[in-house]
Amino acid sequence: MAKNTYPTPMLDNLETGPWPSFITGIKRLRDEHPDERINSVTNGLLGQLEHSYETRKGYWKGGTVSVYGYGGGIIPRFSEVGDAFPESKEFHTLRVQPPAGNFYTTDMLRQLGDSWEKHGSGLVTFHGQTGNIMFIGATTENTQHFFDEINEYGWDLGGAGPCVRTAMSCVGGARCEMSNCNEHAIHRWMVNNFTDDVHRPALPYKFKFKVSGCPNDCQNAIERSDFAIIGTWRDDMKVNQEEFKNYIEKKGRQYIIDNVITRCPTQALSLNDDDTISVDNHNCVRCMHCLNVMPKALHPGDDKGVTILIGGKRTLKIGDLMGTVVVPFKKLETEEDYESLQEMAEDIIDFWAENGLEHERCGEMIERIGLINFLEGIGIDVDPNMVSSPRQSSYVRMDGWDEEAEKWFERKREEKQAASA
Amino acid sequence: MAQEMRSPIESGCPDAFQYMHPVMRKNFGQWAYHEDPQPGVLLHVSNNGDKIWTVRAGTQRILDVFTLRKLCDIGDEHGEGYIHFTIRSNIEYQVADEAKVQPLIKALEDAGFVVGGTRNSVAMLSHTQGWLHCDIPGTDASGVVKSMMDELIGEFKEWNMPNRVHMTTSCCQINCGGQGDIAINVQHTKPPKINHDLVSNVCERPSVVARCPVAAIRPALVNGKPSLEVDEKKCICCGACFPPCPPMQINDAEHSKLAIWVGGNHSNARGKPTFQKLVASGIPNNPPRWPEATAVVKKILKAYKENAKDWERINDWIERIGWPRFFEVTGLPFTKYHIDNWRGARASLNASTHIRF
Ligand code: HEM
Ligand code: SF4
Ligand code: SF4
Ligand code: SF4
Ligand code: SF4
Repeated sequence: MAKNTYPTPMLDNLETGPWPSFITGIKRLRDEHPDERINSVTNGLLGQLEHSYETRKGYWKGGTVSVYGYGGGIIPRFSEVGDAFPESKEFHTLRVQPPAGNFYTTDMLRQLGDSWEKHGSGLVTFHGQTGNIMFIGATTENTQHFFDEINEYGWDLGGAGPCVRTAMSCVGGARCEMSNCNEHAIHRWMVNNFTDDVHRPALPYKFKFKVSGCPNDCQNAIERSDFAIIGTWRDDMKVNQEEFKNYIEKKGRQYIIDNVITRCPTQALSLNDDDTISVDNHNCVRCMHCLNVMPKALHPGDDKGVTILIGGKRTLKIGDLMGTVVVPFKKLETEEDYESLQEMAEDIIDFWAENGLEHERCGEMIERIGLINFLEGIGIDVDPNMVSSPRQSSYVRMDGWDEEAEKWFERKREEKQAASA
Repeated sequence: MAQEMRSPIESGCPDAFQYMHPVMRKNFGQWAYHEDPQPGVLLHVSNNGDKIWTVRAGTQRILDVFTLRKLCDIGDEHGEGYIHFTIRSNIEYQVADEAKVQPLIKALEDAGFVVGGTRNSVAMLSHTQGWLHCDIPGTDASGVVKSMMDELIGEFKEWNMPNRVHMTTSCCQINCGGQGDIAINVQHTKPPKINHDLVSNVCERPSVVARCPVAAIRPALVNGKPSLEVDEKKCICCGACFPPCPPMQINDAEHSKLAIWVGGNHSNARGKPTFQKLVASGIPNNPPRWPEATAVVKKILKAYKENAKDWERINDWIERIGWPRFFEVTGLPFTKYHIDNWRGARASLNASTHIRF
């Protein structure tokens, strides 16, 4: 029990109401934790937070803190009002990479909690927006001790700064019928190939991998990652007509027409007179809507793979960008498939490291130099799936037309040969 | 002191399969379908008939070790010792035994956690760090979320919405909170106030100049010292200069406001993914409860709930009814600030006679 606690009238207000209160939790550490160090640091934290609430200002500043051997992974936090609230004047956050897909046993969570309690404030978040476990609040010295301890039993820091960041993947194949790939294997395969780039920031800016098992993109990969890997399939979706009839029976024909048939973005569905459904699989864009509404009747096909989009990011500096399709479909089954995906990521990161300006995300570089220069830089051929529409402006020099057209025909011939071989 | 430093084991991202419920491990990639027995509960059935129930609950997200242990105790006593966190920081327990579902729900609710957040509910607000532990925030994050969830808890626990609603908050204009059906984000309205005494010591001036999206910053000598100055006519008050140069204080108790954006949707379902659009701004940053922001959010949710069709996300709904009707049914003002003038803005203008009467 901290002897003198800072008054927190505004924060106390956040202890009322039905939703669980983080303030109540922090106070419990302040008042009930057996370790005086934790009582004291959380007391300081609450004091500073109350001060923020009163003045509507933040009082943390950054700095340089890292663990031995690494350049990143710690978010340093030094208080600007450390004289007033000295107990929490060093309050760094450790970013720790979660297991792919965010699975834990209670035993492992307890073990992490025990270690954190020994060295840190006792506050933790599963997870930050980039996907790390965020252990909030350690002194510079204890940052090292805590890391040493958990690193011994399998946990490593995530990225911070201009580096490859912690990756994320959806729950996927572990518990979702829409999954088209092994999200967690891909996640680990990709990010663990870049551990050096995770721990030693030396890129133009941050670079994120995110994996979603289907186009529902629960992981926000297209909008929030430089390298989005989205599961999909290219054969026919599976239809269980019996189950479809059950939906009609349960929901009514009109409901199915209004909520499934007419909501397909490419009019690829029809409801037949005998209450079966037909799918125009060539024109289905794998949007997932009809599968979401009727998960028992419709299911992804068997010829699964991934679509890859490059260059998503949030606002700074040129505005939000979504990823752009760079690989419309890629199988991911054999070791070679995985290796070629990894090589592609290496090519992209190398090209961007060389051509990106300081503090320029990969997507911003593509915007600046144009998709064609980017594709040529990483050795990928153009594909009409990369665009929403062909160009609308005639202001372009096109004297290479014949060679480019020949490349296309050549590629088509090769594809045909490969298909018949 | 001259102690040997320990070299890190660069193990990277741990393997999840070791922590996964055995039924999930066994049926990885083999799930046939799911059902939603009740709010907050999912049932997944695999091709071979195996079943797994998931119970999802909202927490305070900033977990103290006591709460973490409480959650583990519940998982051991009433669950099967396996936990998964959703990307919106909800906790999920997986059990292979249906009989455990109701006691698990009861244990969670008795301990004050909130079971829900599945299907067409208002999902847990995803939130950033705020005053609690970020160095650039204009507002708090956990407090905003706590305040809003206190009022939206009923929608978290029920399936009253036309489709799911994902909300996000961001406490600076960098927006690490991401896209959402409804996003509550800081919006600064005045240029940074510069502490010229500190700039030359603290800031790498060329990189600060380079950071500005509208080239409003230039190096200058102020009182004989090298500093930076801002062309206030050009400045869009984005705050991008503040992280690399803290003496360029962008946060202001009065002039840092909240803005609300709607229609961000990461899914490819029906339409392509969409970014959120501005609908309201000038909302006071009013701790500890931010009632004005919550009021606007509730207005939008009410209009959506009353007017949207099943399966329409907020962006789908607005696309069908049109923006003029959105402002009509929500009663929010449409101003000159709603008309984009950033790069590519002309694509957001109506170049047709498609007008609803
Ligand atoms: C100095 C300041 C900054 C701090 C302390 C900071 C801190 C954080 C933290 C703690 C997270 C969550 C991390 C996690 O889950 O591990 C995060 C996520 C994020 N930050 Fe920052 N950030 C800073 C600057 C920036 C800047 C300059 C940008 C913009 C370009 C940015 C964009 C983002 C985005 C987009 C995310 C989450 C996106 C995602 O991966 O889904 N942050 N930030
Ligand atoms: S992205 Fe697709 S596969 Fe992954 S959890 Fe969402 S619906 Fe399931
Ligand atoms: S997945 Fe989407 S595009 Fe394909 S048939 Fe269903 S609704 Fe249409
Ligand atoms: S939104 Fe901005 S202020 Fe808030 S946590 Fe993210 S980077 Fe920090
Ligand atoms: S607030 Fe934004 S626009 Fe204004 S000077 Fe800073 S970086 Fe430039």
